[in-house]
Order: sequence, then structure tokens, then C-alpha cells
Amino acid sequence: MQSEISLHEDHDVEGTDVFGFWLYIMSDCILFACLFATFLVLHAPGSPGPQLKTWLSLSDILIETFFLLFSNFTFCLAVLSLYQHKLLRIQFWLGISFLLGAGFIFMELKEFIHLASEGFRWDVNAMASSFFALVGTHGLHVSCGLIWILIMMIQIPLLKHQDKIARRRMTYLGLFWNFLDIVWIFVFTIVYLMGAI
Amino acid sequence: MLQKLFFGNLTLDSIPWHSAIIMGAGAFMLLSVLAIVAAITVYKKWSYIWHEWICSVDHKKIGIMYLMLSGIMILRGFSDAILMRSQQAIAAGTHLGYLPPHHYDQIFSAHGVIMIFFVAMPMMFALLNMAIPLQIGARDVAYPYLNSVSFWLTFVGAMLCNASLVIGDFANTGWLAYPPLSGIYYNPGPGVDYYIWSLQISGVGTLLAGINFIATIIKMRCPGMTLMRMPIFVWSALCAMILVVLAFPVLTVTLALLFLDRMFDMHFFTEFAGGNIMMYINLIWVWGHPEVYILILPAFGIFSEVVATFSQKRLFGYTTMVWAIAIITFLSFVVWLHHFFTMGAGADVNAFFGVTTMIIAIPTGVKVFNWLFTMYQGRIILSTPMLWVTAFFTTFAIGGMTGVMMAVPPIDFQVHNSLFLVAHFHNVIIGGVLFGYFAGIIYWFPKAFGFKLDEKIGTWAFIFWVTGFYFAFMPLYVLGLNGFMRRVNHYSNITYQPYFIVAAFGTALILIGILLMILQLIVSIKNREALRDKTGDPWNGRTLEWSVSSPAPLYNFAEIPTVNSLDPYWAFKQAHLAEGRVHPRDMHYHDIHMPKNTPAGFIIAMFFGLLGFALVWHMWIPGIIGFIGMMTAMIARTFNTDTDYYVNAELVKRTELAHVREMI
Repeated sequence: MQSEISLHEDHDVEGTDVFGFWLYIMSDCILFACLFATFLVLHAPGSPGPQLKTWLSLSDILIETFFLLFSNFTFCLAVLSLYQHKLLRIQFWLGISFLLGAGFIFMELKEFIHLASEGFRWDVNAMASSFFALVGTHGLHVSCGLIWILIMMIQIPLLKHQDKIARRRMTYLGLFWNFLDIVWIFVFTIVYLMGAI
Repeated sequence: MLQKLFFGNLTLDSIPWHSAIIMGAGAFMLLSVLAIVAAITVYKKWSYIWHEWICSVDHKKIGIMYLMLSGIMILRGFSDAILMRSQQAIAAGTHLGYLPPHHYDQIFSAHGVIMIFFVAMPMMFALLNMAIPLQIGARDVAYPYLNSVSFWLTFVGAMLCNASLVIGDFANTGWLAYPPLSGIYYNPGPGVDYYIWSLQISGVGTLLAGINFIATIIKMRCPGMTLMRMPIFVWSALCAMILVVLAFPVLTVTLALLFLDRMFDMHFFTEFAGGNIMMYINLIWVWGHPEVYILILPAFGIFSEVVATFSQKRLFGYTTMVWAIAIITFLSFVVWLHHFFTMGAGADVNAFFGVTTMIIAIPTGVKVFNWLFTMYQGRIILSTPMLWVTAFFTTFAIGGMTGVMMAVPPIDFQVHNSLFLVAHFHNVIIGGVLFGYFAGIIYWFPKAFGFKLDEKIGTWAFIFWVTGFYFAFMPLYVLGLNGFMRRVNHYSNITYQPYFIVAAFGTALILIGILLMILQLIVSIKNREALRDKTGDPWNGRTLEWSVSSPAPLYNFAEIPTVNSLDPYWAFKQAHLAEGRVHPRDMHYHDIHMPKNTPAGFIIAMFFGLLGFALVWHMWIPGIIGFIGMMTAMIARTFNTDTDYYVNAELVKRTELAHVREMI
């Protein structure tokens, strides 16, 4: 019943924490899966009322998509800079990621307002409801991510001497930001590309 | 205008002044709270309560708080049961009873919601918190701060549900709030919103707790404890928590969509504009059926621990037990449709879900036989935890069999939504889940509090509970087979009445059982010196939690143990008889790294509660305050990196030696 233990740590804190974050991501996957399922069920052919594809502008969506994907790329550059201990460069890339993400949200809101004013409001029929719920939930996640990036930009200098914590937090944020990209790929395919057919 | 922004739809008329029952219950709750506040103030304990409990991140204390929450809520849930049983016992023929339909509907809805979400779930997390870290040889859960957040969110959810009793009303929709009845058209009041937000808030807490315990079990086991050396309770908890993480997001989405329907006139579950009501019922049961297993699996784990300990034998068929749990975990996701065979999905679909449902009986049967074989040729000690297990065998067998009956779609069509169903699920939830949790609470009570519960009163409580249970629910089977539907406020055919009177008599017996349990607690606290568990091992236990003092020290283990078999503490005790052990005086102690207490969890939950309440009543300003407060508290916490400290080695040594002195 006796053993040697190290003086400080009883368990692998890093590994445990990141594992927990993965579990959260998994639960978020289920959340989106439900929303996708709802969207697909309510988009059955022959549903009454206005149709999404009437007002769909695929080129705008493509620009939006590139905003989000590039934001992810620049975020990875920020992570690289973190590992090279280049404080200013981290801030720079985080800032760029934020701006790209904000561009994505701006365009999404513009699209929402456009759709709503043209008559495809969330309360006209079930299809519109499920569209706004799914895409809106993703947008809400991205907005949370944006706030998170801002907080990270404030915290990076504060955590200058606590490398481990800074890296761990960037790992979480990176996982989250990547995950939202992957979800967006599905949104892009299922909602927009299939919706345009 | 300003009043509207502050108070939304809430006015003084929202409080049902004219209803004597509600006002009485409300006054009772208020007086209880005031009495507690006064007592804390008189004894000058505010600082102690704040620092040692509200801010605590210690899993043992959080477990105790969960236990208190569920103990309080079971009284409320059971009061609802008494109201329903007495109403149905008298409301026959020309007599209308004393509960108007609108109130009766709220009572059965609140009863279900409270019993599942605010009694069974907190009780399960109480047991997990009390036992899991100790059983796997860890010093705390993986994320102690998150644990505190989880508890306080559950607490706030429960309080929101309680607030609905006096301020406004609760959902009158049944415990799953099916649309269209729960839609804005049929339910414009705040009841369903209370339902949505109390479940959303506590649901987030549950999800976080689920993540926390999976990470704890996967990552924090002591050296040598491989997966197949984990106690069965840990296995069952792991599987239940996997179910939590997979199922609770579905509940979150379902309730969120219902909320969108109600708040923003969306059309997910409306009867027109393309809404799909059956989608709600599918979604809610995709969560709801796993939820049943989230509750019962830990109970199975407790039975395994208790049976092995009190038969003084190793558990029979450990490996098959693990596999049975794993298979049930998987199957629980492919049976949800058996809750609505009558939806009309067609013969093939119904047959599929009927068969998968029946298959669950196989791993469950494996478990029951394992427990029986564990008892076979064991030297059984009939202490109170073991008594509950023996009662469970028969109640659960009956409940299981009626379950398999209803898994056959043609039979289900006959008894769907009848009292037969009500009898069935009470049979498995009381006779399985609750009896198991009672066994677990009595079993781990000494570990949490340092003294045992009084056995004699406990036995009487057991006798009244079990006989009361049979009297209360067996008549419902007969009524259900005779076509009596659930959720009925009044019936004109008085030939049903005798059965309801028997059921009400059973409820009275259960009431005596509950009163005896309260008496047991009071008497045990009074005699705590005589009942004190000085050894830390009151039941001659087998697993690691019994190797430390009772109550367990703050840091759980002075040294993280290493295990090399199942039932490590039992093996240690056997070896110890032959070899002797190093005296704790001569051991070397280290400083121990522990998390610091924090008020963040409490603060976040309170703001979330404010937000929930504001959303129920459409109060904009309090809602914004709640939201911003919650976000600020969460973000502020991330700026604090000084979250842990070291327990001094000297203190560890003193604590350990004190335990040894007491033991001798």
C-alpha cells in the first residue's frame, strides 16, 4: 500500500485538463448533432412557406467561410509564436484571428438581417426556425470564441512567467476554434450547399 | 415602462394568495429558511459556513451538500406524492376531492421533475463525490472548482423550481413537458418557463459534473489500479457519466428549442407552419432513456459493493459485471422509442425497439445472478445496507418483468400511459434506484461523517418503506390493467376506489418510513460518540476508501496507495495479518498539494439563477445583470492563477497519528 510519490504533483495535470476539454468538445458535438438533425427533419421536401434557397447568396457564404478558415490558420501561427516565446507576435496573430472572426460574425449578421427583412424570418415556418437555431448557435459559439481571444490577448502578457498555464489555455482555445471550423464545414455543406440545390 | 423592464410580467397577483395549500407550504418553506438563517446568525457561524462549505472545493463536503439538497427536495417531492394519493383516494364518484385540476396537474409535474432532477440526481452525485475519489486513491476530483460550480448550479435549479411554488406556478404538463401543451398557445404562463430554466441550469451543472468524473476516473487512479481493478461502483459511475456527457446536450437542445418556440414564436414543435411535435418526443426520450440508466447504473454499482462487503466475499463474476454495465450503457441509446410505441412508427420500427429493449434484460439478469452467487456461501451480515439490497432483488425483479412486458409493442398499446406504466417505473426507480442509494448512503455515511447510523431505527424505517412500497404500487398495476390512465384527477367509477385507498395506505406507511429515517438521523447525531467509527473501516470493507480515517482527512491519502489486485484493502488486511506494517510514526510525510477554496462557483451559479428567473418573467434589466454578472465572475476567475496551496507535512503527520491513536 505504500509507494514513492513525487513531491509536487500527484497526477498529470496537463493531460487531465486537456482530456476534460476534449470531453467538453464531444458534448458540444452532440449538441450540434441534435441541431443538424432538427434542421434536416424540418427541411423535409414540401414544407410550407418561404424557402431558404430563394435568398441564398453562395458567394457571400464562401467569403464568410474563408474568413473563418483563415482565422483558424492565423490562430495556429499565434500558437507557434507562443512556443517561440515571441510575445508581440502572439498578440499580432491573435489580433488578426479576432478580426477575421469578427468579419465572419459581421457577415453572418448581415445575412440574417437580409433574410429576415426579405421575409425569411425565424418565425415564419419550421424551416426558418431550424436554420436560425443551427446557424445562430454556431455564430453564438464563434462570438464566445471572439471574447475568449480578447481575454487571451490580455492574459498572455500576464502569464509571461507561467508558460505552462499559457500553453494550456492556448491549447483549449485552439481546440475550440478548430472545432468551430469543423462544425462550420458541416453547416456550409448541409445548410448552404445542399440548401441551394 | 421602467416597472416592466425591472419586473417583466411579475406582479403581486402572480402569488396565489387565495390557495391555502400553496400559501401554507410557502410559509413553511419561508419559516424554515428564516429559522436556519437565525440559527446561523445566533451561533455566529456565517464565516464558517461561507469559508468551509459555500466556498469549498473539497469533494467530500460537496458530496455532503448534494446529499442535503436531495434530502430536502425528497420531502417536497414526497409531499406532492401524498397530495396525489390522497386526492385519488377520495375523488371518486360524486366527490371531487380537494385539488382542482389545474393545481393537480402542477403537482404531478413537479413531483416527477423534483424526484428525478432534484432528488435522484443530487443523491447520485452525493454518492459519487463521497466515494469515487477515495475508491480510486485520488486526493480530489480532476477539477475541484468545476465540482463546486456543478453543485451550485444544481442547487440554483432546485431553488428556481421551488420558487415556482409561491411565485407564479409550475408547469402543468407532466414531467417531460410535451408540446403542444407546453407551447405558448396552451401555456402562456410562467410555469413551463420555470420548468425549462430550472432544468437548463441544473442540466449544465450535471453535464460539467459528468465531464469532471470521467476525467477523474480515467486520469486520476492511483498507481496499479488498472481499469479492470477498479471497484464496480467506479465502473458503474464511469458508464453513467459517459451517458451524462452523451445525453445531457440533447436535453439542453430540446429545452432550448422549446424555449425558442415560446419566446420567439419559432415553429419547432408547433402544430402548424411545419413544426413537428413528435420530434420533441423523440429528442426528449433520446435524453430521457439514458437518463434512466444514469440513475440506475450507480445503484447497480452500490449493490455490488454492498453485497461483496456484507457477504464477506469477493464479488462473483467481476468481469461479466463490467461487461454487463458496458452493454447496458450502449443499449440505453437504442431503446428510446419504446416510450412511444403508439406514435405509429410502424411495425418494423416498433419491433426493432421492442427487441433491443428486451435484450437489456439479459445483462441485467447477469448482474442479478452475480449478486446472488456472491451471497451464495458467503457469511452474510444483515446490516441495514444489506437489507436494502435484499429488498431490491424482489422489487427490481418485479419491475424488470413488467418492463419486459411493456417492451412488447402489442401489450404496450394496451397499457400505454396507464397506471400500469406508473407502477412499473416507480417499481424500478424506487425499488432499484432509491433503495440502492439508501444502501449507499448508509454504507458510506460513516466515511463522510465519522459515525454510523442507528441500525435499529434504520431497520424499522426499512420495514415501513418496503411494505409501504408494495401497498402503494401493486394496486396501481391492477388499476392500469383495468384501463385506468395516469394523471387523472377524478374518476366517476367508484369500483376503482378501494385500490386507491390501499395505495394511499401504502403511501402512509412510506411516510412513517421517511419519518423514521429522520428520527434515525437525529438519534444517530445525538449518539454520535457511541456510534463513532474509530477504525475508519466499520464494515470490514474491501476497497481503498476504508483504508483512511472516518471522516477522511482533507487530503484523503497521506500517501497515494499502490494497488495490485481487486479489493486492495481486503488484500492488504489479509497480508497485514501475516507481515505487520510500518508504524505511521515512522513513515515519511510529504507536503500535499491541494486546491484552494473559492467563492467563484457560488457566485456564478447565483447570477445564472438570477438570469433564469429573469427569463421566466421576461425581466430585462435583472436578466442583463444576471448575464453580465455570470460572465464577469467566470472571466475574473480565469485571472486568478494562485489556485492551490500545500498542506504542511507536519500537519499531515499529526492528523495521521491522531487517527492511529484513536484506532488503538
